[in-house]
Formats: sequence, structure tokens, C-alpha cells
Amino acid sequence: MSAKHKEFILMLEGVNKTFDGFKAISELNFYMDAGELRVIIGPNGAGKSTMMDLITGRTRPDTGKIEFGRDTDLTTLNEYQINRLGVGRKFQTPSVYIDHTVFENVLLSLKGPRGVFSALFHRTTAAQRGRIEEVLTTVGLADRAGWKAGALSHGQKQWLEIGMLIAQEPKLLLVDEPAAGMSDEETRKTGELLMALEGKHSIIVIEHDMTFVRQIARKVTVLHQGTVLCEGTVDQVQNNDRVKEVYLGRKKKAH
Amino acid sequence: MRNSSIKPGTWGLIGAAIIMLVVLPGLNAFTPEGSFLHVSNFSINLYGKYLCYAILAIGVDMLWGYTGLLSLGQALFFCLGGYMIGMYLMRMIGDLGQYHKPIPDFLVFLGWSSLPPFWKPFSSFWFALLMAFLLPGVLSALFGFLAFRSRIRGVYFSILTQALTYAACLLFFRNSLLLGGNNGFTDFKFILGHDLRTPATQRGLYLITAVVLVLVYLGCRWLSRTKFGLIQQAIRDSENRVLFSGYAAAHYKLFIFVVCSLIAALGGVLYVPQVGIINPSEMAPDKSLEAVVWVAVGGRGTLIGPVLGAIFVNALKSWTTRAFPDLWLLILGTMFILVTVFMPKGIVGIPEQLRALKARFTRCPAPGNGAPVAPAKEGVAGVK
Repeated sequence: MSAKHKEFILMLEGVNKTFDGFKAISELNFYMDAGELRVIIGPNGAGKSTMMDLITGRTRPDTGKIEFGRDTDLTTLNEYQINRLGVGRKFQTPSVYIDHTVFENVLLSLKGPRGVFSALFHRTTAAQRGRIEEVLTTVGLADRAGWKAGALSHGQKQWLEIGMLIAQEPKLLLVDEPAAGMSDEETRKTGELLMALEGKHSIIVIEHDMTFVRQIARKVTVLHQGTVLCEGTVDQVQNNDRVKEVYLGRKKKAH
Repeated sequence: MRNSSIKPGTWGLIGAAIIMLVVLPGLNAFTPEGSFLHVSNFSINLYGKYLCYAILAIGVDMLWGYTGLLSLGQALFFCLGGYMIGMYLMRMIGDLGQYHKPIPDFLVFLGWSSLPPFWKPFSSFWFALLMAFLLPGVLSALFGFLAFRSRIRGVYFSILTQALTYAACLLFFRNSLLLGGNNGFTDFKFILGHDLRTPATQRGLYLITAVVLVLVYLGCRWLSRTKFGLIQQAIRDSENRVLFSGYAAAHYKLFIFVVCSLIAALGGVLYVPQVGIINPSEMAPDKSLEAVVWVAVGGRGTLIGPVLGAIFVNALKSWTTRAFPDLWLLILGTMFILVTVFMPKGIVGIPEQLRALKARFTRCPAPGNGAPVAPAKEGVAGVK
């Protein structure tokens, strides 16, 4: 939040969102540098997913500013417009096209024209094939290119979806609980995958699994009741009294 | 379509197309009446009707099976196409009607002595044909634009399409619309100078319908294999992912909705001169529902399924309504339930189901054990 940062990739200022009287997001301020890998943690109902929804245009804030890059206002755009600006989103439950092959899944995600008529007369070029193979190699699914995505394991679907995001070449990647439902080994590989993307893309990861957070996080933002509770390194955050209070409940109050 | 067994399937399709395009009309035209090979004029006319329904069914499936949009109002677009061409056919009756006036009988009956202005251009076949596509096209574009922009999905979309066709049905029942009220249009005589009452004209119409069906089939096959087709099916499987991949899903849905409405209209245009009547009851909600049943019975999400379903169900209907006129709706409903529960892939899925059944019985015969009998039965029902 310091003044020396000039190149924020994402900025949320004074954002509020209320659903039927429930204040999901309240006076949220959030700043993120280009190229950063940021982890957001917070107890259930802290507003993490709502924050993602606000950034990606699924819902609109009641008040506040959401700016992407230098001065692109995201609050008036819808999902696909925001995506075209370079914001990719991975959902908590893997959302891939189960009836399409892994190859086709990535093909549909490749950066390129998105219009109806360009889709009608599209021909996949050799360069695009190469790019798809490259993406599949990155996420470790190169040998599954011809498989139906529905036949992949849960972890593989998650990787495929991350691959689909990479194929979009987004500037900002929002990743919602990538390690949910994964084995330890898969979780570790997912962490490595995300860290390999750091620098090329700015990444926000929402996560619960603290081992995983430790593995990947440089800077952690703790969300609580729709607002930022604290920010810092994993150690700083874990030793923060207010964070302990929020996560561990009453324990600290007696202190 | 993505099966590895493309070869035999393709040959089957080519064979079916030859029977439909050459053999049946040939047997009708060139064998003497009474010969056991002869296909009667009545049959050709009936098959022509089935093929029109098959065209409609392909459109229904492109929406439902391929895009996940269950439209329960496709018969409306079918009828609008039919009505527009019907207006031309009414004009071609000339003064051969009951009242021997130069305007359609029902207008005379309503007290008109000259043609209402909006009827006048329909003396031109080409104008009527243009309107047969323009009207359903514009209506579907308008309805689709509003529905998809508001993100109306799933069952809400189905209900709205159903309401749309019902509203149109009520509108067309009104005499004041000057489109024949509940009697609609009938008693046609000529189309482009050909007498509709002759076998040759009917055979020609049948042939045109068969050719159009093949073209619609091939067109949809092409479409389903383009990137557009991939996105269409992606919308069905995960619309969120499509939206969050930068595609305006609403544009894609609107495009395919209009295309399918035009396909339906095409079916209607061919239907009316062959069946010889069009009236508002064809727009009633149950007509659109029937089209959905054809698709479900034939095999949703395939292109040959709707064709098979439309022909099979309508052939069954023709037979049943003669043999057991009161039971048809019961049979239709029972068939729909049974197909949904036991044959989710319809007629097209039968070979696959049989293979799965065979594999099940050959793999685990469990001899000398009395217990598996019940599970095996359960297995029959559970086969996907």
C-alpha cells in the first residue's frame, strides 16, 4: 500500500458488497504488484470467493473501485470482457469440458479471437498445436492429449484447468483452492506448477491448506469478515495475534 | 461422431440416403400399382411428412443435445414457416374455392370482399419463401437476444419457449388475425404451377424434402465439428468455464438458436404442401414436446438419432392412432419415461448397450452361485 509502488496489476479500494443484508465484503482495500504470487487465506465466509467474483465480473460491487493494470475499471465489465483483458480464473471444483479431449480443452482456451464467426471458420495451425503441446507438457498431461477430460482423475482435471488458464496467457491468474481434494504428492506438484508461473503471470491463490501455503507463499493476505485483517510473510501472519484469534477462536481472548 | 467405427456407420448412412432418395421414390414411380414392390402414393406422402419432422428434430437436438438448451417451442418456428408458405398456397387456389371468389374462402366468410393489404405480396412464391425464414428468424433472434442476455437458463428457458409457442397458438386461433383462425389453411391446389393433388408433384416434394434433410444433416455435421461446435458443447458442459475463457456464451447461444429456428422453419415449409393443412393446433405446446420425445427416443447428442427418432415415433403414431386411437398419448408418455430411464442414449445407443450387456454376462457368469441372479437383473437396468 506504500506510495513507491506504481505498477499495481490489481487494486481494490473501498469495495463493499452486500447480499440480502449480509455484508460479504466491507471496505476492502487490496493492492497487488505485477508479477507477484499472492496467497489469500481466511476462515469460511471471510469473503474470499466473493472477492474473486468481484474481480472477474461475476458480481458487481455496491461501492468501491476495482482497477486492473494502470487504469482499467473492472466494475462495469462482465466476465468475458474481463477475461479478454487478461484475467483468468480457476474454479474451486475443476471445471473442464468433460466431453472434449484434453487437447480440445486447451484449444478452446488458447489466446485468440473469441467471436462466433471466427469460431465457425477456425482452423488449428501448426503453431497452435505446438503451443497446446507446450502447455500440456507444462502441466504434465502431454501423454493424455487424446483422452476425454471426463476420464481424468480429480488432480489431473485441476492441472488441465490450470493449463487452460496458461493457454489464455492471462496477466492475472486467480486460482481458487487448487489443492482441494488432492493427495500430498499432487498438492506438492501443484505448488511447483504455480511457482513456475510466478513472474510470467501475476497470481492470486486462495488456499486453506497451510502446508501448501508455506510451500508457495511469499506474501499472504488474511481476509476476515470481508476485509483485510493483515498482510505479510507466512511467519508474520501465523504469529499475528488477531489472525490466531480469528482462526483459533476464543483461545486468545482468555489470554 | 467421435466413435472409432466411422466406416460401417458412414456406409449405413449412405445406404439409408440411397433408399430414401432413390429406392422409395423409384418404387413409387416405376412399379405398377398392386405389385408387391410398389410404394403407394399415400406412403410416399407419409414418408415426406416424417422427413419434415426429422428436419425439425435435428434442429431440436442441435439446441438440446449439443448446446444444452431445451427449447420446448421449436414447433412454433416450424409452423411459422408453414404458415408463410401456406399463405402463398392459399393465394394459388385462386377462385377455385367454395365461394368461387378470388380471395381465400375464410376471408369471404369473415366478410372481406378484397384481399387485406398484408396478404397481397404472398401471391409471390419467393416473397412467401423469404417470409417463411424472415419471420421465424427475426422472432427467434429477438426472443433469444432477450433470454440469453438476461442469462435465462435451464428449466426457465424451457418454460419461456413453451409459453412463447402457447401464446402464438392462442394468437393464431383468433379470426381477427386473418390467418384462418382455428381452421388454418387447407384445400391447397397448386404450387408454382404444379398440381399438388397429383402423385408426381407429391413425389417431387418428397424428393426435395429428402435432399433438404441430407443437406441439413451434413450442414449440422459440419457445424458440430468446427470450433463453433466445440464451444457449443462446451457451453452445455460448463458454461462458466466458457464465459471465463473470454467467450460471450450468449452470442453463441443466440446464433445456434436462430439457426435451429430456421431449420425448423425449413421443415415447416416442406411440411405444409405435402400434408395439405396447417392450423394453430400445430403450435400447441404438446407438438414441441413431441419433437423432444423424438430426439430422446432416437438418441440425443447425435445427428442421426433425431432422424431415426422422428421417423420411428411418427411411424408408431401412424399405426397406433389407427389401431388404438385412445392409447397414443399413453404410449408416447410411457415410451418417453422408459427411454429416459433405460435407454439414455436412445435408439442410437442400443448397440453399445447390447455390447455392454454381453460383456457383463460373459465377464462374470458366476456359475454355481445362486446369489448373483438378483444383482444381474439390477445390472440390466443399470447399464448406461
